[in-house]
Amino acid sequence: MEHIRTTKVEQVKLLDRFSTSNKSLTGTLYLTATHLLFIDSHQKETWILHHHIALVEKLALTTSGCPLVIQCKNFRIVHFIVPRERDCHDIYNSLLQLSKQAKYEDLYAFSYNPKQNDSERLRGWQLIDLAEEYKRMGVPNSNWQLSDANREYKICETYPRELYVPRIASKPIIVGSSKFRSKGRFPVLSYYHEHKEAAICRCSQPLSGFSARCLEDEHLLQAISKANPVNRYMYVMDTRPKLNAMANRAAGKGYENEDNYSNIRFQFVGIENIHVMRSSLQKLLEVNGTKGLSVSDFYSGLESSGWLRHIKAVMDAAIFLAKAITVESASVLVHCSDGWDRTSQVCSLGSLLLDSYYRTIKGFMVLIEKDWISFGHKFSERCGHLDGDPKEVSPVFTQFLECVWHLTEQFPQAFEFNEAFLLQIHEHIHSCQFGNFLGNCQKEREELKLKEKTYSLWPFLLDDQKKYLNPLYTSKSPKFTVLEPNTVSFNFKFWRNMYHQFDRTLHPRQSVFNIITNMNEQNKQLEKDIKDLESKIKQCKNKPTDGILTKELIHSVHPESPTLKTSLCFKEQTLLPVNHALRTIEGSNPADNRYSEYAEEFSKSEPGVVSLEYGVARMTC
Amino acid sequence: MEFSDLIRTGRAQAKLLRGPEAPPLRGTLCLTGHHLLLSPGPQATSELWLLLLRSVDSIEKRVASDSGTITLRCKDLRVLQLEIEGVEASLDIARSIEALSSLESVITSFPFFYRPKGLRLGDAWHFHPPERYYKRVARETNAWRLSEVNEDFSVCPSYPRAVIVPRSVDDGALARSARFRQGGRFPVLSYHHAPSGTVLVRSSQPLTGPQKRRCAEDEELLRAVLAGARPGARGFIVDTRSSQAAKQARMTGGGTEAKTAYPGWKRLHRPLERGQPLQESFVRLVEACGDPQQSTDSWLRRLEGCCWLAHVKEALSTACLAAQGMEREGACILVHGAEGTDSTLLVTSLAQLILDPLSRTMAGFQELVEREWIQAGHPFQLRCAHSAFSHARPKHEAPTFLLFLDCVWQLGRQFPLSLEFGEGLLLALFEHAYASPFGTFLCNSEKERCLCEVRTRTHSLWSGLNQPKEQRKLRNPLYAPNPLAIWPSVELQSLRLWQGLFLRWIRPPEPSEVAWEKVWQIVTDKEKTKLSQPTVSASEPQL
Repeated sequence: MEHIRTTKVEQVKLLDRFSTSNKSLTGTLYLTATHLLFIDSHQKETWILHHHIALVEKLALTTSGCPLVIQCKNFRIVHFIVPRERDCHDIYNSLLQLSKQAKYEDLYAFSYNPKQNDSERLRGWQLIDLAEEYKRMGVPNSNWQLSDANREYKICETYPRELYVPRIASKPIIVGSSKFRSKGRFPVLSYYHEHKEAAICRCSQPLSGFSARCLEDEHLLQAISKANPVNRYMYVMDTRPKLNAMANRAAGKGYENEDNYSNIRFQFVGIENIHVMRSSLQKLLEVNGTKGLSVSDFYSGLESSGWLRHIKAVMDAAIFLAKAITVESASVLVHCSDGWDRTSQVCSLGSLLLDSYYRTIKGFMVLIEKDWISFGHKFSERCGHLDGDPKEVSPVFTQFLECVWHLTEQFPQAFEFNEAFLLQIHEHIHSCQFGNFLGNCQKEREELKLKEKTYSLWPFLLDDQKKYLNPLYTSKSPKFTVLEPNTVSFNFKFWRNMYHQFDRTLHPRQSVFNIITNMNEQNKQLEKDIKDLESKIKQCKNKPTDGILTKELIHSVHPESPTLKTSLCFKEQTLLPVNHALRTIEGSNPADNRYSEYAEEFSKSEPGVVSLEYGVARMTC
Repeated sequence: MEFSDLIRTGRAQAKLLRGPEAPPLRGTLCLTGHHLLLSPGPQATSELWLLLLRSVDSIEKRVASDSGTITLRCKDLRVLQLEIEGVEASLDIARSIEALSSLESVITSFPFFYRPKGLRLGDAWHFHPPERYYKRVARETNAWRLSEVNEDFSVCPSYPRAVIVPRSVDDGALARSARFRQGGRFPVLSYHHAPSGTVLVRSSQPLTGPQKRRCAEDEELLRAVLAGARPGARGFIVDTRSSQAAKQARMTGGGTEAKTAYPGWKRLHRPLERGQPLQESFVRLVEACGDPQQSTDSWLRRLEGCCWLAHVKEALSTACLAAQGMEREGACILVHGAEGTDSTLLVTSLAQLILDPLSRTMAGFQELVEREWIQAGHPFQLRCAHSAFSHARPKHEAPTFLLFLDCVWQLGRQFPLSLEFGEGLLLALFEHAYASPFGTFLCNSEKERCLCEVRTRTHSLWSGLNQPKEQRKLRNPLYAPNPLAIWPSVELQSLRLWQGLFLRWIRPPEPSEVAWEKVWQIVTDKEKTKLSQPTVSASEPQL
């Protein structure tokens, strides 16, 4: 609280960044310990979490006040105009302090209290159990076993304690191999395909330099290929561009020499590094942040940012991985440099293509826990949770979510969850409200005692499950066991609902999704009613049609039917208003900014006689 | 019959390739006056395959030692490949298709021979007569009347017989105003916006010429338009050309309304692309869509280069401007470009769709297309003679109607519940505008259609579309009437390439189509369960 000097500023204007007429809302700005809150004159609240703030800028003073621009990690951009410069300066300084914390303990998760007791909190953390997940995949089995080599984080600090390795790989081999791999991240199991008996393994780059080799590492790779009884050769996918991998050799790192490893097929797939991805997203946002874009601005910006090209590269790599397993039954070892960014992307996306379980709500949580959180994707550094090196920040996980979104677009029926689920997860990797994404590896999380001091996000998402269900989901369709996405360039589109999620005016004005969800629910309810009624009819029919009994029967039916009928009417009445609410259109509200943009056209030719009324130009000629 | 002279070889063995998704078909290829048929032979299970020759846009032939390959690019953007046994036969067939698909004569075209089961000739030509709409407006406003000045098409050859004009202007004045407008297209009512009492009027450019000529009757006509709306009403002239182009048009006898001559009217210029540049944009977009191997970068570059979405954006925002002028500013709007048969109609029809809930229904939209495009004299025969593949140098071709359909599709995407029809209807209109067994889109104007007796000798597309079996394809299952105006976002981020049309034959449509089927199922389930419920409860008392 010591950073907050001004807690409340009145008469602040909020500008809409996509309105050409500089339309604004006036309201009051509040600064709390965790949020920045703006309440406009219609009592509409805009909450901005301090941790979401990526950048605060104070622009040059104008006649109407001091502009304050806040860019958020969830792609919200707000433009305030604060009447007095001193207030603006105070808020600016406070936000600078509040949005960049130096210690984990100052993050929101450590103070966030959703009113749960300790056992509830613990149960929340136990919701996702990775041991259970490996069991579901079918390990341990005769070829794969749980290794206790890393039980005390002695071999690799950034790996989890529990690791699955080939049964024939002895501890000395593991230790030897880990010494030959960057950051000790030796090859371990990420996903086991029970049906094909093939595995996805992951590691970091070998410390091969120009000629070094390591017998233990070679043995470990051989053990992996031997653990696959169907196919003796295995793929080694280096997810980096070849040039980058070669450059690494000069630093004593590099990639596997095919001559030293028996039975491997080596493959580069060319996904760019975190720095390229960071500046690519930056360019994308710069282009799309401007209003009144022309077609050539938009598409040449989209092209030069290279963002969709990178998304396609990640997708192509995952498809290659999935094909190796489904078509050739070959095991695949995936790595990049340190094996926590591109490797996580490719392994998780590949598993998602192969296994429909990961396309359910629960399964998707498991997938993130497994391939991202437990294997040490550096969430805190990549998301910039703490005030740290800006060069470590990169939208690697955002890219993963975008790849998943592209899949949901191509296979609208294959996913149990919808777009809102992806957006919500994206919101929370940056929010620091829950403990899941804090820290950079499991060891660090244990040291922070996150499970005792913070809450897990997943149970909250599950409680809200209804919001995230895809009404078109068809779980049983055999067509969707393995997804084979088509990566022609036409299929890669700008994800407006992510990068413009807060720019309301750019979105479709009616939502099909809500309507279908509602109808689906209505259908289910009505079907249930029909069943109930049918079973009642059956009951009645089964009774002997004795004169006295029928009389009794009529009596027994009648007392119930009015209640049934009222319950039906009640349902109709309650559901219909919901429909109506959903079917009204935001865009057709006269106060909406759409008109003013055209109105400007009218006023252009005769600027002298235009009076401004509610931001809409009126003509008086 | 002349057809038989053009058919050199009527029959050959062939294999048909229909893109990456559909399996190839083998069988006997037959060529008739209007169709290409492939009969798979008695043992095969698949049905007869049929292609209207009129829908072939370009032909490419290649020969090998004992067979030939013909690539047919169709006007609906499909690409087909025929592998024909025998070099001679394949060349003959290619030449015959070429000759038959480019026949100019209207009365020998297929609609004059098409007699589908279940439809009777002349049945549906009165499905959507514009007179009905005009009569309604005349009745409601009292300021407008139906005029028969064009009964014999002598005043304006591209207008229909019935037009609606201000009540206070007599037919003689109309005829004189027509002489002052290009092609005789004097200002007529296009749409009456009842809530604001304003009207949308369209015409062609005035023939002011370099001397800045004036026409008292024309000025009187526009004055009457304003007076009919409300005393003191104002008007805007939306010129779909740039102000420079409008000025230049004076050199060739055209021009634009002088400010002093038309008090109360103010001119706005909103240049819309038309004619050849629009056709080129279409051709380049289709070219870009035909290359699935290209990189993401090259795809984005070509999408940018073809400018198609820029035209969509401009068309939509001009229509919004016109609609806003009426609804928000309470002003009358006159729209014209040069001839008043292309971008003018694009703007007026889109503006109605934005404002008028009725035009968003199935019947209302068909009526809109009939009234604002077909009857209003959009020269379909000239504009849709060729689609994007033709090698012939375009003369009059321009995809203005397709641009309209694309804009409607964008509206439908932004307001998925507000249109009663779905993508299926838009696709069908696109196909039929370019090649159709029905007579609806034949000829360039009502006058020509009368001369060819289109109404009595061909079937109407509307009767074809309104058959119950077609409905599932054409309707939007989620439609809920929406009484409000629908204002679309015209920001680039909100517009999308119409993949369902431009990539229809390139990209496997399957997953999204299956999903759509599922939506239908959910909706019909809902209706079914609703229906079945009363029967169950009704059976109770009988016990």
